[in-house]
Amino acid sequence: MSPLNIKKSSASHSAYDLHDPNAVLIETHTLAVVVDNESGVLARVIGLFSGRGYNIDSLTVAEVDHAGHRSRITVVTTGTPAVIEQIKAQLARMVPVHAVHDLTVEGPAVQRELALLKVAGKGEARIEALRLAEIFRAHVVDSTLESFVFEMTGTPEKIDSFAELMRPLGLREMARTGVAALSRGV
Amino acid sequence: MTRQMTGARMVVQALKDQDVEVVFGYPGGAVLPIYDEIFQQNDIKHILVRHEQGAIHMAEGYARSTGKVGVALVTSGPGATNAVTGLTDALLDSIPLVVLSGQVPTFLIGTDAFQEADTVGITRPCTKHNWLVKDPAILAETIHQAFHVARSGRPGPVLIDIPKDVQFATAAYAAPETARVSHYQPKVRGDAEQILRMVELMETAERPVFYTGGGVVNSGPAASALLREFVDATGFPITSTLMGLGAYPASGKAWLGMLGMHGLYEANLAMHGCDLMINIGARFDDRITGRIKDFSPHSKKVHVDIDPSSINKVIRVDVPIVGDVTHVLEDALALWKDRGSRVNKAALAKWWKQIAVWQAVKCLNYKPSSVLIKPQYALERLEALTKGMDRYITTEVGQHQMWAAQYLGFEAPNRWMTSGGLGTMGYGLPASIGVQIAHPDSLVINVAGEASWLMNMQEMGTAMQFRAPVKQFILNNERLGMVRQWQDLLHGQRYSQSWSESLPDFVKLAEAFGCKGIQISDPADLDDAIMEMIRYDGPFIFDCRVEKHENCLPMIPSGKPHNEMILNDSETAGAIGGKGGALV
Ligand SMILES: Cc1ncc(C[n+]2csc(CCOP(=O)(O)OP(=O)(O)O)c2C)c(N)n1
Ligand SMILES: [Mg+2]
Repeated sequence: MSPLNIKKSSASHSAYDLHDPNAVLIETHTLAVVVDNESGVLARVIGLFSGRGYNIDSLTVAEVDHAGHRSRITVVTTGTPAVIEQIKAQLARMVPVHAVHDLTVEGPAVQRELALLKVAGKGEARIEALRLAEIFRAHVVDSTLESFVFEMTGTPEKIDSFAELMRPLGLREMARTGVAALSRGV
Repeated sequence: MTRQMTGARMVVQALKDQDVEVVFGYPGGAVLPIYDEIFQQNDIKHILVRHEQGAIHMAEGYARSTGKVGVALVTSGPGATNAVTGLTDALLDSIPLVVLSGQVPTFLIGTDAFQEADTVGITRPCTKHNWLVKDPAILAETIHQAFHVARSGRPGPVLIDIPKDVQFATAAYAAPETARVSHYQPKVRGDAEQILRMVELMETAERPVFYTGGGVVNSGPAASALLREFVDATGFPITSTLMGLGAYPASGKAWLGMLGMHGLYEANLAMHGCDLMINIGARFDDRITGRIKDFSPHSKKVHVDIDPSSINKVIRVDVPIVGDVTHVLEDALALWKDRGSRVNKAALAKWWKQIAVWQAVKCLNYKPSSVLIKPQYALERLEALTKGMDRYITTEVGQHQMWAAQYLGFEAPNRWMTSGGLGTMGYGLPASIGVQIAHPDSLVINVAGEASWLMNMQEMGTAMQFRAPVKQFILNNERLGMVRQWQDLLHGQRYSQSWSESLPDFVKLAEAFGCKGIQISDPADLDDAIMEMIRYDGPFIFDCRVEKHENCLPMIPSGKPHNEMILNDSETAGAIGGKGGALV
């Protein structure tokens, strides 16, 4: 397998990147969307984004309230302020959507992502990888004589920079969960 | 008290409990249990269509002319895929529909079984919401919810996909009053502070205009009544989109006529020159705005819409009001009266004087002919001879549709059914049947183009079978007229594939269906023929041979602002240029 060529903040390049080159103000927003946990709900939300040409930088979803049958979708998206406003209005009017929170404007929020990185190497490179992992508080969750799998959580930017450092040291594969986010305080 | 019954019986029971009187449908393997139940009852009438697209357009016509939810029933696979165009049409025009589709049994889903299609997947983007019901215990509740979703907030089509084994299975029936209350409860009352801002702007405006749309019609007859009262009390001019015609009467004093791409000169210039635009239930569609950058540059804009995503989508507004038109108009009118029913009378008089100058241009004038029937003349005569009758009009899509909007007058809402958002050729004939089923004793006329009409002409069979005396008024120019017009304006008169070859003999076609037809081409015969059509007791096909090369004017070419309107043929050369050519 060839080494991955991961550009800085690669996570913000989406399959539906339709940036208008003339639009000056592009913002990134993290939205938390509380939905009924019914079949097809994720397809519905993703279909809205692709159908209307909005960007998805990152998307996570899981049931968060089993009894209440609710899931929480965290989606990081970019666009002009008008597009972001449209995205929120379009999401809010969907039948299975209970609430849309814009964590970027509703006050400070914590954002975390989990990543697994496989780094292969021997000798100096291997030692260097381990040292850097310690600095970034990445844990070794699997090791062979020639490879490590690191697990780390942090902001997407932190994961980006760790991956960037691992690249010359033998980064082979990476898996990321996408962002989960909550507002701070109560 | 719980009643046990099969899923199929639940479907019929739920429809009865939702006061459904008519279902438009077509059977097939995956809906046979439901058809078996339909056979064994008399409360719900089933209209057997000839193609599922027809069923959906009929349900649309039924819904739009009654304000009720239209219901259609189709089988799995091809039945469901044939419904897709109609669903999309209803979504874009905000028409409340409940469509029931059969599905292969749950244990075969995903196996590429015979007549299996991923119906909820296919219809997800063309419904307001849809459901695949795999458990008979929640079937009845889902149907009740579907009606609630279809008619609440901004109305729209919903679909319920019901696997065949669920139709056979037995469970407890949930009546509407016991079904879980949906959390889907859109806001209907407008924000008081914004309504106050709207009223304040109205009190001082010098050049105000009401710009109304289909939302007024959808909100119900009370909305139209309030609108009339408000317009008449303020003396503000009013224009409407294609979708909103009839909400304010065409004979009303303040009526400017339709606006938009083929709207009236005075309506579009009033929009361009106003200092206060009051948008009620319209959505700044591109047929209305023309070039966004130059859209009504000097106005404050108020926008009343039940759908928050319509607000600031295309045009930034100054006063956004999310709510149902009836509620908002009620509150605004009461507040305006409370504050002394004030308007800027002097400025308003000046504004009307300006409007009178635009009206004097007589933008709908056309070159008459004593030899050929001008399509405009045909519609003028139709209007003159049917005015005041209990009349409903549907249309197909093309030039004839725009001429109908220009030359027919609508005095009441729910009397005008046309495919606005999607522009679906083939809409008008089935829609006219749906309207006629709802209003058996009324005069229902489909103003058609010959090309559009052929797209769903099989539904003449439905009209015959169910004695729906729909009048098909075909303005036959032997052209895909609207396409021809664009090729004239944009593609150097290279009329690629835009003529109608090998047309059927419509009179013989009428005979073949068992109804009556007539063909005329002499303007002198027009009145008598129209009267014959009106008097005929049954479906009627009127082949009206008209001038073949007439362009529909006025016209704002795509990508142009309102004040760059084409008024007559001498201005059409090179009218669409540059970026406009890329637009539709
Ligand atoms: C289903 C569908 N296919 C294609 C079009 C594109 N189209 C718009 S108007 C038109 C021509 C319509 O011809 P006709 O029904 O004869 O009406 P006319 O314009 O001649 O009055 C066409 C092809 C459409 N609107 N709908
Ligand atoms: Mg034609």
